[in-house]
Amino acid sequence: MKPFQYMRPTDTPAAIRVKGKEAGAYFLAGGTNLVDLMKMGVVAPEKLVDINRLPLRGIEVVGGGLRIGALATNSEVADHPYVLEHYPLLSMAINAGASPQLRNMATTGGNLLQRTRCSYFFDPTMPCNKRVPGSGCGAIDGINRMHAIFGASEKCIAVNPSDMSVALRALDAVVRVSGPAGERSIAMEDFHRLPGEQPELDNTLQKGELITAVELPAPVFTKNVHYLKIRDRTSYAFALVSVAAALDLDGSRGIRGVRLAMGGVAHKPWRLGAAEEFLKGKTVTEDNFRQAAQIAMQGAKGYSYNQFKLRMAPNAILQALKTAAAIV
Amino acid sequence: MNKSLIGDSMSRVDGRLKVTGQAKYSGEYKLPGLAYGVLVPATITKGTITAIDVKAAKRTPGVIEVITPFNFAGLPGFKPDAAQPVRGLKLFNDKSVSFNGQPIALVVAESFEKATYAASLVRATYQEEAFETDFHKNREKGVTPQGGKYKDYLRGEANAYKKAPVVVEQEYLQPSEMHNPMELHVTIASWEGEDKLTVYTKSQGVVSTQRTFSNAFGIKPENVQVNSRFVGGAFGSSLRTWPHEIAAAYAARLVRRPVKVTLTREQMFTLVGYRPFTIQKIGLGATADGKLLGITHESYSQTATYEEFTENSVNCSRFLYDAANCNTLYKVVPLHVGVPAPMRGPGEATGSFALESALDELSYALKMDPIQLRLKNYAERDPERNLPWSSKYLRECYELGAERIGWENRSPRPGSQKEGEWLVGYGIGCGAFGAYRGRALAKIKIMADGSVNIQSATSDIGPGTGTAMTLIASDLLGVPAGKITFELGNSAFPMAPTQGGSSTVSSVGSAVHDACMAIRQKFAALDGQSAEGPLDYVALLQKHSLPYLELTEESQSSEQAKNYSMYSFSAHFAKVHVHPLTGVVKVMRLVAVVDAGRIVSHKTAASQMIGGAVGGIGMVLTEEAIFDDKYGRYVNGNFADYHVPVNADIHQIEAIFIDKPDRYINPLGTKGIGEISLIGVAASVTNAIYNATGKRVRELPVTPDKLI
Repeated sequence: MKPFQYMRPTDTPAAIRVKGKEAGAYFLAGGTNLVDLMKMGVVAPEKLVDINRLPLRGIEVVGGGLRIGALATNSEVADHPYVLEHYPLLSMAINAGASPQLRNMATTGGNLLQRTRCSYFFDPTMPCNKRVPGSGCGAIDGINRMHAIFGASEKCIAVNPSDMSVALRALDAVVRVSGPAGERSIAMEDFHRLPGEQPELDNTLQKGELITAVELPAPVFTKNVHYLKIRDRTSYAFALVSVAAALDLDGSRGIRGVRLAMGGVAHKPWRLGAAEEFLKGKTVTEDNFRQAAQIAMQGAKGYSYNQFKLRMAPNAILQALKTAAAIV
Repeated sequence: MNKSLIGDSMSRVDGRLKVTGQAKYSGEYKLPGLAYGVLVPATITKGTITAIDVKAAKRTPGVIEVITPFNFAGLPGFKPDAAQPVRGLKLFNDKSVSFNGQPIALVVAESFEKATYAASLVRATYQEEAFETDFHKNREKGVTPQGGKYKDYLRGEANAYKKAPVVVEQEYLQPSEMHNPMELHVTIASWEGEDKLTVYTKSQGVVSTQRTFSNAFGIKPENVQVNSRFVGGAFGSSLRTWPHEIAAAYAARLVRRPVKVTLTREQMFTLVGYRPFTIQKIGLGATADGKLLGITHESYSQTATYEEFTENSVNCSRFLYDAANCNTLYKVVPLHVGVPAPMRGPGEATGSFALESALDELSYALKMDPIQLRLKNYAERDPERNLPWSSKYLRECYELGAERIGWENRSPRPGSQKEGEWLVGYGIGCGAFGAYRGRALAKIKIMADGSVNIQSATSDIGPGTGTAMTLIASDLLGVPAGKITFELGNSAFPMAPTQGGSSTVSSVGSAVHDACMAIRQKFAALDGQSAEGPLDYVALLQKHSLPYLELTEESQSSEQAKNYSMYSFSAHFAKVHVHPLTGVVKVMRLVAVVDAGRIVSHKTAASQMIGGAVGGIGMVLTEEAIFDDKYGRYVNGNFADYHVPVNADIHQIEAIFIDKPDRYINPLGTKGIGEISLIGVAASVTNAIYNATGKRVRELPVTPDKLI
C-alpha cells in the first residue's frame, strides 16, 4: 500500500472542500471496499478524508418516508425496527450481502459506491478499462461468469456488486448529495450508470460531492416482498443473480403495485420496468409471474461463461415473485 | 489396550490454549531484532528475467535488503544439474520464470508494511515466452510419470468393460482446489553464527523440514532446530518445504538478523500447492445382474514444468471392487503453473469421485440399488495384490450408514421426491486409503511426583495428536490424563514421521505404546515384580531414591504389511435438497461411517471426520481455482472469490465409527481417518443430486448454474 495522508474533519463543508480541491483525495467511511482496493494496488489515494466524525449517522422518519444518514452502517439499517416493519425488502437485501463483520463496518453511502468485483478490475496486472481507461477489457473474452447480461458495452461488462442498491432501486430511493455547488438529489435510477464509453465512471456524482443521506418514499411494500440472491455459497459471496421483488396486493390477490429489480446482471441495479408494467392490474398466478420473467429478459445478452444467467435470471424472478406472493 | 481406560469424551489437551489465544503459532515468536521479508511475485507466466530494478525499493525508509536472482549467492545444497535438486528451491537460483506468481525477489525491511510497500516498487523486465496453462488443450501431451510406480496397470484383459452387457463410460473433472488453511504459511529463521539455524515454521513434519534446511545450507541436521508446535490447519500444504521457508533462512543469514516471511492470502494460491486439475475417464462394464466384468480408470492430472507431482487417483479402482479385469493409466500434464501438493485424501479423493460416480451411473443403468451393486461386487480380498485384508468392515459401514440416513426413504426414480419446494435425493460414495505405519520414536520420562512427560517430533495440524497420545499413555500406564504431558513439533525431540497419509496414530502411537510398555518393564524390574499388574511409580521411585526413570523406544513399520493389504474404508451417505428453479444445493445431512480400526479418541476423531466432510462439501459444491489461460493467472485467487464453504453451507454431519481393531497393523489396532473423512464425500453428494434431480454433474464444483 502506498503511503498516504490522512485527515479526519468534523464538519461536512470542510470534508467537501478538501476532497474538491485535491485530485488524489478519497473519502473513507467503513473502509470495507476502499482499503481492499488500496491493498490490491487498484487505487492509490494521496489523501484519505475520514468522514466517520461527520454528523451523518442518523436514521429518521421524515414526512412519512425515511431518511438514512450516509454513515448509518449496513447493520444499523438492516436491524432498524422501522426498516424491518416498513421496508423489509431493504433489510433482506442488506442482510444478503457480505458478512456480519463487514455489515457492521460498511456504511449506506459507501455501499452505494462499492466498486465492481470483476477479477480483471481487481488485478492490476490485467487490462481493465474501468481501472485504466483504454487498457482494454480482460473480461469480455475472458472468464466472465460473474458478468453482465444487460446494458454492457464493448468497453466493460462488469456488474455492480451491491445488494442494498438493488432494494433501493426497487423502492425508488433518492440519494442526497452535498458538494462544492451545494446540495442536490439524485434518483436511484440516475445514480449508477451504464459503462458505455466511460466505464471508469460508476455513478453520476460530480467532483467533490459527498453522499449525505438516502431517502425512501412513504412505505407501500411492507408485506409481500422478497430478496432472492443466488450465489455460489450460502453466505459471503456475490450474487450470480439476485432479485428484489415487492408486491402490493389487494384483497382478491390483485396486483395493485409491483417493483422488480435485479442485481448481478448489469453495471447498475437493473429495474425490470416492462415486467412491472405487465404485472400491474393482473392477479397473482404462477403463469403471470412466468410471463413477467420472460418479458424482463428482453435484450439480455450472455458471454462465453455467463450464458447460464439467461436461464437463471428468469427462474430467479419467478421464484422471488412466488415467495413474495407466498405461492408454494 | 484396555478399552475401559480410553477417554471417549476427553477434550483436546491444548483446547484451552487454542480458544484463549495462548497457543503460540509459528508466526508469533517475537525474536529480538526481527526483520520482515516480503516476496515479489513474477507477473508473467513464462520467460526470463532480464533485469530487476530495486532502486526505488532500496530507497524506501526501513528497507534492509532486496534479494533477487542478480545478487543471490547460491546455496551449497542446490545443484541445478543434479538429478534431484533440493525441493522447494524454485527461488532465486536462476532467472527463468516457470509460472505466474513465482517469487523473483525478497524485500527485507524493518516492518511488514514497509517491506510490502517496497515490494510493490520492485520492477522486473522480462523476455516473455509463449506459455501453456490450458489443460484441455494440452491433455494429449500427458506423460507417464518418472519411476515405475505410476506405470500402466493391467489385471486380466484391458478395457474389458467395453464387451459387457451393461456399460458406463464417462469423464469426470476435478478443478484445481486450494488448501487454504486458516493460518497463513509463515517462517521465522534465526541464525546463531554461521552454522546454527533455528526455524519457526508451519510444518507437518519438523524432521523432514530439518533435513531440507540442512541439505540446502550444507549444515549438520543437529544444527538445525525446527519448531512447529501449533499449526492452524495445513491439509497437505505443509508436507514439504517451500521456497519462502528457504528464502527466510537465506535472508536471515544475509542480514544477520532473524527474518520472518509470511505469505499473503493471495500468495497462498500460487506458492504452497493445491489439488491438481484432473480429468478422469472411467469405463465400467457389468452383467445384467450387476457383476462387474471390467473396470478401466484413466487419469490426466496437471503438474508443473519444473517439478513433477504425482498422486494415486487411479489406485482405488484396482482394489475397491472385485472385478477380474482392470486396467488403469495415470499421466501428468506439465503446464506453466506452480507445482501441486497433496491435499487431504490426495489422489484418492479425486479418483473416488470418478469411480463412485460411475458406479452410481451403473446402478441406474442396471436399475439396481447402489448399495446392492456395491455388495454384489464386494472385494473379500484385495484383488490388486491378491492378499487378504488386514481388516475390512465396509459391509458394516453400508448397513449402519443406510440405516442412519434413512436409505429406505430414497426413491429409485430420480426427481420424484420433494420436501416443500425442494427436490430431495440420497446418495452414497465410498473411499479407501492405505493404512500406513512408519518408523517413529518416543521418549518417555516418569517423574518422582508421578507426572509423565512424552516427547516425539511429530506434528499436530489439527487432528488432536497430543490428545490421542495422552489417551494411549494414560491407558497403558494407568496414569490419569491430567498428569501426562505430550510434547511435539520440535525437531530436537526423537524422530517421528511427517504428519500425513493418516498415519500419525499408527506410527507415533505405536512408539508411545512401546515406550509405555518398556518403561513399565523398567519400573517392574526395580522390584523384580511383574509388569502386568498396576504399578505405583511414585512409590517405586521413592523406594529406590530415583528422581525419575526415562527411556526412548523406536517402533518400526509393520512386518505384516507384506502379508496383508491394509486400508481404512469409508462409506459416506448424503441427503440433499436441490431447488428446482435456482439450482441451489443444500447438503441437509451427511453420515460418514468409517472402518478405521480402533478409535483412540472418539471426540477428536469425530471432529476430524466432520472437518473432512466440510472439506468434501467444499470440493463438491464450492471450490474451484479458475485460471485465465490468456494470462496464466488465477482470476479468483483470494478469499472473497474462491469459495471455501461457510457455516451456513453446513447442516447436519454425523460420524460413526465401526471401532473394531485391526489385528495386524500395530499394537493399538488403529488404521487412520484423516483422508477417508473426505474421500467419497463428493460422489455421495453428486449421486444424491442425481437422485434428486436426474441431472448428472461430472464437473466439480456443482454450482447452481450447473443444475438449471
